[in-house]
Amino acid sequence: MTAPPTHSHRLSRLVNIGIPYLWLGLFFLLPFAIVLRITIAEPALAQPPYTALWEWVGDGMLQIQVNLQNFILIWEDDIYLAALLNSLWVAFICTVFCLLLGYPMAYAIATAPERRRMILLMLIILPFWTSFLIRVYAWIGILKTNGLLNNFLLWTGLIDTPLHILHTQSAVYIGVVYSYLPFMILPLYANLTRLDPTLLEAAADLGCRPFRAFLRVTLPLSMAGIVAGSMLVFIPVVGEFVIPDLLGSPGSLMVGKLLWTEFFSNKDWPLAASLAILLLALLVVPFVLMQRLQTRIEEGPA
Amino acid sequence: MKRRSWPLLGVLAFGYAFLYVPILLLILYSFNESRLVTVWSGFSFKWYGELLHNRQLLDAAWLSVRIAAVNATVAMILGTLAANALTRHGRFRGRTGFELLLTAPLVMPDVIIGLSLLLLFVAMQQTIGWPDGRGFTTIAIAHITFSMAYVTVVVRSRLARMDASLEEAAMDLGARPLTVYLRITLPLIAPALLSGWLLAFTLSLDDLVIASFVSGPGSTTLPMVVYSSVRMGVSPQINALATLIVAIVALAVIVAGWTMRQKPDRAQKRGA
Repeated sequence: MTAPPTHSHRLSRLVNIGIPYLWLGLFFLLPFAIVLRITIAEPALAQPPYTALWEWVGDGMLQIQVNLQNFILIWEDDIYLAALLNSLWVAFICTVFCLLLGYPMAYAIATAPERRRMILLMLIILPFWTSFLIRVYAWIGILKTNGLLNNFLLWTGLIDTPLHILHTQSAVYIGVVYSYLPFMILPLYANLTRLDPTLLEAAADLGCRPFRAFLRVTLPLSMAGIVAGSMLVFIPVVGEFVIPDLLGSPGSLMVGKLLWTEFFSNKDWPLAASLAILLLALLVVPFVLMQRLQTRIEEGPA
Repeated sequence: MKRRSWPLLGVLAFGYAFLYVPILLLILYSFNESRLVTVWSGFSFKWYGELLHNRQLLDAAWLSVRIAAVNATVAMILGTLAANALTRHGRFRGRTGFELLLTAPLVMPDVIIGLSLLLLFVAMQQTIGWPDGRGFTTIAIAHITFSMAYVTVVVRSRLARMDASLEEAAMDLGARPLTVYLRITLPLIAPALLSGWLLAFTLSLDDLVIASFVSGPGSTTLPMVVYSSVRMGVSPQINALATLIVAIVALAVIVAGWTMRQKPDRAQKRGA
């Protein structure tokens, strides 16, 4: 449809593009500029608790204050780097586990009979509609030393002494995989249902064994879904706060929790802002990767 | 499809068990008499009674529902506009940036969104005097900013799959673009608008981290109350609350599924 640009068309462009752009520019983009500016401020006992960037000191003198102490501190104090590395590690491990569990599930749903497919998919989405916080909370009762899992394992006689799982890294892995699994399954499912079944038939006709056909045909063709799902899990998990806070050990920190503590407990806004910028810088690469891929999927042949 | 493979079905069953067993246990233990969540001592409704008398929790729930409703409505409008822009206006200048701004909120860690918006609100209050303090408005703005991106995803996919011939027919018969949009397009994408609205509503109702950053004294949302009571340890009242939420969601899904099943019949009858 190529209509000549009329007055109403231009108005509709202005409304459809302009209003969301303005909103996101003001409330999503601009804040990052302010965060960046606050990373070079000093914490102060004031309202708000940081120093101003510039100050008129009389005689036409403008004094600009740049405080690089926050980044130096983050660099020199091991706790921050350790937290950043640990967050990346946790996100990586959990993405792998989500993929290992999510791929077969998405594949099974995509190849299920049409009638059952919608119900199976609905059951994946459903937990997403109930409270995330409460679903994480459910795991406390399960993983506690005197919790349901330990009681069950003791009852079956598989173990003699209760396992210590809650407040360890393993509990964080379980909680993250549990919470983010649907984010892995949905893009994979969307990708796998669009796969042309005649390709597999052709492979079979040419004498290819099913598993080999899967490795040589299905898996490469679903790469886009794998990357999309992995990024949907990896990126938010790096900055996750609720799961490490409720299930994790106080010792091994994740950057999201550290940022929270610096902000709410230590009231050090500039340090929290510096951590946010670092976290953001870490996530730019996976984010651009995801964005590129998405554009390619939308432009390329379906 | 050929024969089903048993290992695959095994993984599928395990996956669903993994997703649902924790929720089922939560529901089961909400009817437990004992305060100890792990010891079953008899059936009881007492935690529901306590829940309904928990003033703080009820106030927070009411605040959360109001914020969620405002958020869902505004996010639905903004998200639909953005979806229109992406499906109807081709390669406009700044499209890449536009798409970037609409994808980033989907994956951006909550702590970053929360902190950056708080710093924005503080800076705005200092320079233009608005928003005056933090609470309902600032939480709603923060929630709209990330939930509109989700609405865009939902509405965009519906718009992209839509049959354009009805719109073209109306256009050929001389209807003006706005009339076509309001009379033809909107009714066609109404289910997507509704699911976008519901999604935005749930996202808002569920958010702890962003709300904690941008809320002020006296505006405590439901997740904030739940979080502080969960930090104290396991509490059967939270189990009761979880059960109520699950019941409401399940009911909504059943009603939605039922109405969707009714619709094709009606359309067929009308066509006949």
